[in-house]
Amino acid sequence: MNADLNGGSTISERLGATGTANALELKGVSKFFGALAALTDIDITVRPSERRAVLGSNGAGKTTLFNCVAGDFPSTTGTIRFFGEDITQFPPHERIRRGLRRTYQISLLFTGLTVLDNIFLACVGVSRSRFSFLRPGRDDALMASAENLVRVVHLEDAKDDQVATLSYGQQRQLEIAIALAGAPRFILFDEPAAGLSPTERSELIEILVGLPAHMGFIIIEHDMDVALRVAESVSMMHNGRIFKEGSPAEIEDDPEVQALYLGGADG
Amino acid sequence: MSVFGPTEASLATPSEGQSWLERIPVAYWIVGLILLIMPAIAGDFMLFQIFGWTFILGLIALGLMFLGGYGGMVSLAQMSIAGVGGYMVAIFGVSAIDTISLGWPWYVAIPIALVIAMLFGTLTGWLAVRTEGIYTIMITLAIAAAFFYFARQNYVMFNGFSGFNGVLPPMLFGVDWRGPAAFYYLTLFWAALGYLVVLYVSRAPFGLALQGVRDNPRRMSALGYNVTAHRVAAYTFASLLAAIGGILLTWQSAQISPGTAGIGPAIDILVIAVIGGMRHPVGPFIGAFIYVILKTYAIDALVTLGLAGERFQLLIGIAFLAIVFWSPDGIIGLWDRLREDRKRDPLTGRGGEGP
Repeated sequence: MNADLNGGSTISERLGATGTANALELKGVSKFFGALAALTDIDITVRPSERRAVLGSNGAGKTTLFNCVAGDFPSTTGTIRFFGEDITQFPPHERIRRGLRRTYQISLLFTGLTVLDNIFLACVGVSRSRFSFLRPGRDDALMASAENLVRVVHLEDAKDDQVATLSYGQQRQLEIAIALAGAPRFILFDEPAAGLSPTERSELIEILVGLPAHMGFIIIEHDMDVALRVAESVSMMHNGRIFKEGSPAEIEDDPEVQALYLGGADG
Repeated sequence: MSVFGPTEASLATPSEGQSWLERIPVAYWIVGLILLIMPAIAGDFMLFQIFGWTFILGLIALGLMFLGGYGGMVSLAQMSIAGVGGYMVAIFGVSAIDTISLGWPWYVAIPIALVIAMLFGTLTGWLAVRTEGIYTIMITLAIAAAFFYFARQNYVMFNGFSGFNGVLPPMLFGVDWRGPAAFYYLTLFWAALGYLVVLYVSRAPFGLALQGVRDNPRRMSALGYNVTAHRVAAYTFASLLAAIGGILLTWQSAQISPGTAGIGPAIDILVIAVIGGMRHPVGPFIGAFIYVILKTYAIDALVTLGLAGERFQLLIGIAFLAIVFWSPDGIIGLWDRLREDRKRDPLTGRGGEGP
């Protein structure tokens, strides 16, 4: 299932080219909304193929961090490097074309289109056919990779359904398929498990764990069970700062974390 | 986001085992046949003035429908771009004003005219896409006004107030293309081609992405699309449609003057697109037909009723108001609702299937 995920050899080529650079390197990244500091002096280093969970209470700045990295809005200060390249000033589409992907907490899907067309649109976005005036043919390569992604996220049965008719859980799965389009090198998952049923959750974990080993990601997750099962390292955020980093076990046992986050979660 | 119509088949499922010929709906055959044999039924005035004009205005408005319906951008500069196309064939080709016209052969003049009009349209788009909604309308209206006054006051290139006359289509294949039947087929060909291309592109990556940009620009840029570039490219494509329409319009009246691309005509194109409906490329042609009929016969109708003939604009305005009032998405919106009410399409016999 994983070997044919990207339908091309670009990943290995890119990995070879990037050498030893870190997948993501944030130095002194801050984001101000007027006088409000949403992020203060964030330093994060994530290796390629590393799987990192970002935990923190509401308003800790997790989604803001994603927005700065993906370019939805620019950071106020600091530098962001993606596989060694300084992308701080890049518009979002340039970052995406370099292999960065993100999912959205509130699904931003094209609800009038079918599942397959949504994924196809994502595959086209990182290809050179963006401006093509020709409809895809029967053996179109991009359409084939879209069909492939449908299988990866277990949506075969719904592939010709309009997105508006999908269940919430299926829409989240579709979000993930869209993030996997093209040849992603690194993915930002913004609370993919939020609002899912226990069954859907385990399906999600299965999808995340089953991603190709070289594909690193950061996952924002409230559910410790999900976060700790898919991630090998954890960053704790609070009030726009990162205040602790470590392995899942370390974080779980840390008294400060327990006081701040785990204890206050649901009493 | 409902413009990705639920009745349209998914990209991925071209009905298996059917040739593309078999997949053409019955309605297309009927309308196509009627349009093809029209010269046998209709008189010269109908062919040249009513249908010729309808196809031309429909083609120019089709560009606006593409921008507005698929791209969510309303431009009032379509008629100015058509005007540039018309002026350029007059300047580079043959006209009665031989002190200005270069008299180059049509196969040089027409491509140059199309390219210049598309450059003008692209530049307009490049300025306009920085704005949204009402500001796009304001910028494009300003460009339309500027072009009108420039053309009227410039005598070196545009020959000022009187413009160019004697701009005729080439005598290709020994046919006088301004003859009623020939001109009818000429305009029908370009209108049909424009219609089919727009319909086709709406489901090709470029068109799909444009609709994605309209519905959710933020998501599109998170998929790797350059939203600004996509919008500007849509203007370029709409300009091509307008430029073809503009050249045909110039040939129809054998002249081009600033009034052709004035503020009034610029707004008329918007009226045509809105009357017809912006959701489907057939809308602009329906809108253009209604507009042409009103514009041509409103005076007679008013005089017959004992009213002042010069009030014909009022009749057009009232028709526009009525259509927008009862159906904000134009005639095709009315048609869709009628179909839904009946739950069955009497033409194709297709049942009213669920969403």
